[in-house]
Amino acid sequence: MAKSIKIRAKIKGDTTTVKCLMTHPMETGLRKDSKTGKLIPAHFINEVMAESGGKTVMSAEWSGGISKNPYLSFAFTGGAKGDDVTITWKDNQGGTDSGTAKVS
Amino acid sequence: MSMNIKRRVFLKGSLAAGTVGAAVGAGLLAPQAVVAAWNEKAFKSESVDDALAAAMGEASNTASDAIKIKAPDIAENGAVVPVSVSTDMANVESIALLAEGNNTPLIATFTLGEGAVADVSTRIKMGKTSDVIAIVKSDGKLLSARKSVKVTIGGCGG
Repeated sequence: MAKSIKIRAKIKGDTTTVKCLMTHPMETGLRKDSKTGKLIPAHFINEVMAESGGKTVMSAEWSGGISKNPYLSFAFTGGAKGDDVTITWKDNQGGTDSGTAKVS
Repeated sequence: MSMNIKRRVFLKGSLAAGTVGAAVGAGLLAPQAVVAAWNEKAFKSESVDDALAAAMGEASNTASDAIKIKAPDIAENGAVVPVSVSTDMANVESIALLAEGNNTPLIATFTLGEGAVADVSTRIKMGKTSDVIAIVKSDGKLLSARKSVKVTIGGCGG
């Protein structure tokens, strides 16, 4: 599951904008497999945490209503060039991954 | 006969493994649950009001012009609908995003930490044409904005 998150963090003025793309199937549990006709079990990211400078700048709870390979962008103030931004996700099947990028 | 014994042994073994696994899982999950338990009730609610009551503590909200939702008027593919929510309001604690027409309307909640700006974007799935609702919690009050999105191909189910 390595490198499932791509992160870009850019600072403009005093606002740091973070954009990230995660690789995940985001199955709702309602979709059927077209070959077997069986339901595909739910498999989606339900928690996302974003940290920078030792603080949690944003956390999110998601449902399967977020699109496959989720995109997320948010912004925060108080960051500086060279700061690390770490994003961690957890899914409903116990999977987890995190990625870090430097603010540029 | 020996087959049967083996089967017993196998069953016992797998049962034991299952119990241990569950115990380990519970042990591992417990501390995380304290920090942030995924709000299953809110996300499984089938109405906007129920979802809000479970996620934000109350369902009543006031429409506000200060919240901006950016979403397409017509989404060709309901599986990928880009949505942005932003507001200039101060003291925003959290933002919830709902699609009224989905089986389970609550899509996401964002809790803003220290220094966070109330401006989030993501891509959501929409089952059918309906309103996208953004709820912003500011100073303990719920404010809402909605925007209708026409969906040509639904993104839930398949």
